[in-house]
Amino acid sequence: MSATANKSSKLKTTTQPLSGERLVELYRTMVLSRYLDERVWLLNRQGKAAIAASAQGHEAAQVACIEATDPSKDHYLTYYRQFTAMIALGTEPEEMLRGFLAKEGEPMSAARQFPLHGAHPRVDLFNFSNVIATQLPQAAGVALADKLRGDDAVTIVFFGDGAASQGDTHEAMNFAGIRKLPIVFFCENNRYAISVPLNRQMAIDSIASRAAGYGFPGVEVDGTDVVAVYEATRAAVSRARAGDGPTLIEVSVERLLPHTTDDDHTRYRSAEDIAQMANRDPVKITSETLRRRDLLTEAEDEAIHAEAKRRVNIATDTVDAEPYPGTETMFDHVTHDSGRGGP
Amino acid sequence: MPEQTVIEAVRDTMRAEMRRDERVILLGEDIGLRGGVFLATDGFIEEFGEDRVIDTPLAESLICGLALGAAVNGMRPLAEIQFADFVWPAINQIVGEAARVRYGTNGVKTVPMTIRVPYGGGVRGGLYHSQSTEVLFAHTPGLTVVAPATPYDAKGLLASAIRSDDPVIVLEHKRTYRLVKGEVPAEDYTIPIGRAEIKRPGSDMTIVTYGLMLHYALQAAETASEQGFDVEVLDLRTLRPLDADAIAESVSRTGKVLIVQEDTPAVSISSEVAAIVGERCFFDLDGPITRLTAPEIPPMPFSPIQEAAFMPSVEKIIDAIAKLAEL
Amino acid sequence: MAFKIELPHVGESVTEAVIGKWLKSPGEHVEKYDPLVEVITDKVSMDIPAPASGTLTKLLAAEGDTVPMGSVIAEMETDEVVVQGESELSTTPPGADSPGSSLAGRIGTLVQGANVGPTGGEFLDTSLSSSTDDALPATAEVSRPNDGKQRFSPVVTRLAAQHGVDLGSLAGTGLGGRVTKKDVLAAAESAPSASPAAGSISAEDQVIEPTPIRRMIADHMVRSTSEIPHAWSAIEVDVTGMVEWRTANRQRFEKAHNVRLTYLPITLLCVAAALKANPRINSSWLDGKAVLKGQINVGVAVAAPEGLVVPVVQGAAGSTLLELARRLDGVVKRARSGSMTLDDVRGGTFTLNNTGALGSVWGGAIINHPQAAILTTEAIVKRPVVISREGDDSVIVRSMMNICLSFDHRIIDGAEASTFLQAVKTGLEAVDLDTEF
Repeated sequence: MSATANKSSKLKTTTQPLSGERLVELYRTMVLSRYLDERVWLLNRQGKAAIAASAQGHEAAQVACIEATDPSKDHYLTYYRQFTAMIALGTEPEEMLRGFLAKEGEPMSAARQFPLHGAHPRVDLFNFSNVIATQLPQAAGVALADKLRGDDAVTIVFFGDGAASQGDTHEAMNFAGIRKLPIVFFCENNRYAISVPLNRQMAIDSIASRAAGYGFPGVEVDGTDVVAVYEATRAAVSRARAGDGPTLIEVSVERLLPHTTDDDHTRYRSAEDIAQMANRDPVKITSETLRRRDLLTEAEDEAIHAEAKRRVNIATDTVDAEPYPGTETMFDHVTHDSGRGGP
Repeated sequence: MPEQTVIEAVRDTMRAEMRRDERVILLGEDIGLRGGVFLATDGFIEEFGEDRVIDTPLAESLICGLALGAAVNGMRPLAEIQFADFVWPAINQIVGEAARVRYGTNGVKTVPMTIRVPYGGGVRGGLYHSQSTEVLFAHTPGLTVVAPATPYDAKGLLASAIRSDDPVIVLEHKRTYRLVKGEVPAEDYTIPIGRAEIKRPGSDMTIVTYGLMLHYALQAAETASEQGFDVEVLDLRTLRPLDADAIAESVSRTGKVLIVQEDTPAVSISSEVAAIVGERCFFDLDGPITRLTAPEIPPMPFSPIQEAAFMPSVEKIIDAIAKLAEL
Repeated sequence: MAFKIELPHVGESVTEAVIGKWLKSPGEHVEKYDPLVEVITDKVSMDIPAPASGTLTKLLAAEGDTVPMGSVIAEMETDEVVVQGESELSTTPPGADSPGSSLAGRIGTLVQGANVGPTGGEFLDTSLSSSTDDALPATAEVSRPNDGKQRFSPVVTRLAAQHGVDLGSLAGTGLGGRVTKKDVLAAAESAPSASPAAGSISAEDQVIEPTPIRRMIADHMVRSTSEIPHAWSAIEVDVTGMVEWRTANRQRFEKAHNVRLTYLPITLLCVAAALKANPRINSSWLDGKAVLKGQINVGVAVAAPEGLVVPVVQGAAGSTLLELARRLDGVVKRARSGSMTLDDVRGGTFTLNNTGALGSVWGGAIINHPQAAILTTEAIVKRPVVISREGDDSVIVRSMMNICLSFDHRIIDGAEASTFLQAVKTGLEAVDLDTEF
């Protein structure tokens, strides 16, 4: 299992530059995500969804990142905020809501975990815990296995500005650089780790600048710009697939809502600070971009919104009526000989 | 039948498993070029190459996180934590993450990884090369924990661990590495996880123990038999799941139990064994459940008299046997 | 259709809310899920969504009003037919304890409506409207002796030794009749000097301190009568033939075998055979089950110097008269001389008591626990008896002996008792001058 075998022969030309049509599709996904995201917060206020972390403000970055990868073979290690990325990877609104409402048939963890945690039933996406940054060494291990086998899959690991401080992050990046692992470190920097602002999280301005310390490139990208994020991710994925090693992509985004439904960001952010985030709303910005480029008319835009709303209402009605899991299955899957083996 | 020391049995087993299954890869500090600080992997990098024998940076959390990631992506990683005393930075990746992956993904993802952890004292290891770290692991649903004490058991249990589809911690008492020599069949075999073994049958009382203490207990039982006490010695071999049936059968038969462990007593393996005996052997007990352990101080002092005072010994076990027998 | 909008129930301990701000006005069209009104409950404020799409027609609560959960706060005209949901009943919050003593004060009370979300927020869970009783067993499986043996736990053994309590004579109140710690302590406490309210002792009374054997007998009697539901049946037996046989054969027998020949071995012979034919009489009630004993070991009550003792003739059925006579002779001698062995008293399954030796004509003996029956043989008395032969009645003098059975009514019915008695009677009445044993 030589690390260098099959490098050139398996080099696949990655996705094409983003077409106008694809751009509109990505926008459609962002709008669906936005409506579903808002609905989840409403369900929390109704006492039905115990906990939710919003991706509002992150939508453009996430759809663009996914678009530059190959879901048929790549690995995605997410944390609790990749709401839009999951929809972009084909997770149905009903499946998402089953996670937030903890209903029977929840696909990622049978509702044993917080929403969005567990393993995806169709693509290789998983999120094992909500301890911060543990996914980075794990992602390095996933990428290591691919490299040892000569597989050309790429591992994309998502993390936030807070996770950048954990020891696990340093250990993972260090090892990835040493071994030139086929991995993309995708950091969604929204400048707040719950309430701790960036200047209390690090002494520098740019997380991407740390990549040099590990021997691989780091790039900063405007996270509200779908095309820019797509291009950066495309380049990083190509690098990885070609065997040239890791890249650290830092996208700057706004966290439009508090950390989670348990948080109140008015306690640590000024009203002005919160208000100005509206200028960096990726759904608005992308809508304007599409209209400016004559890729979308106002009527088409409204139709996209109406359809997203309709879709979210159907999903809400459906899942709200579904039952919770009973106690019969709670002893399954502790070890290989308890309960049924996997689906 | 060929005889081997524990470390030889461990080494041979790893080599055999790596030859048998190309998905088995080793991760750890100094395991490659140096062959491991105990020479457990001596000669391995020459045979298997640096892609299967990976010298990692000095980062225990990384080692176990890497093993986890590789395990969910088709490999059967065998990680080494150089000394149990260094496992604490990796506790989260083991106890918080690996143990819970199967449960937290409803069986979609599983973690067929093994972590070897040399542990234990009596080697002048001081506070940071002597610790017994079994308790946290043995407490964790989703983990399997084995502690072989003989070369024969080391081979059989390590093979079972590597072939298991669940995360397994293999605790090897470092003192037994070169101290204990025994028969090890050359052919392939496994020992079932979760089965204790009566290493010495007896009728007056049962000693329940594991690790280095097994050997001390056997010596003590031998001496005690000359004094007229017929002592049975039960080697736990697996610490999670504990073989409650074997414990209950033995103690119900003999009526008295002495639990011998090197670890400190509060909230330990001996506590769990005592609970099992209390629950299942109550009506057959002819004497109180008795434990012989280290004292309640951080394991363990470096200076020799204090280290000897810390460790259970053959003499201390003989004394405990006599006291319990009289009751 | 006209639709009433209710303030929805949001938590078990929250019963009312304050209307904060109406977000829609009458006449406005709303979509399903559009936020309608902001309400404030205890600490948390929430937006109530429109339950259906339609036009809001009427607001029935004003901003600042306190409204109970479930009450109607607005009305709307829905676009489509909507099923009006049932209003949920509000639960009355449990009353808070008012701190009394200082301990209670230190313990504190629970704050109504206080809640903590999954990661520290104020989330109010409404996912379960009533608590489901899916409780899982909390305790581990523990050992239960189920082999029928009497077992004494470590503490019972200790306390029994400490207080001189005889465990064998104790009735256990624990599971399956197990002797518990409480049983031993109660037995230890019920020493003779400590019997309250049973009557007073005056100076003229004589208080006799029972010997250990007496005490044991007393405990045994109490146990038997408190545990076993006794019933009684009696029958007359014409033993004229038996009397004649013994009169004729006694001297020869005693000289030949050097063993006394009373009526006892003969009655024992018949009783043993009758027990063999009626196994339910030879039984014991144990752990809620009737155990029919395989062996027939008949205890024979003997007056010994210290009191009544019951040596046992093991395997009484199938023995000859001579064997029984010998065994009885030996065992009675030992009983009377106070030299019985443990073997002499073990394993009895039935007891025979010749109360007739002292003139009794009827007895309601107490069953020898844990057996199921006891038989007394009463005095042999010559009585005028009516004999019927071919339709003619005449009165003649016969030697008559009553036999009386006390039996455990859990195991034995009146019919079974009678059948047994009939078998003994038949056996005894079959003895005459021509009988060869």
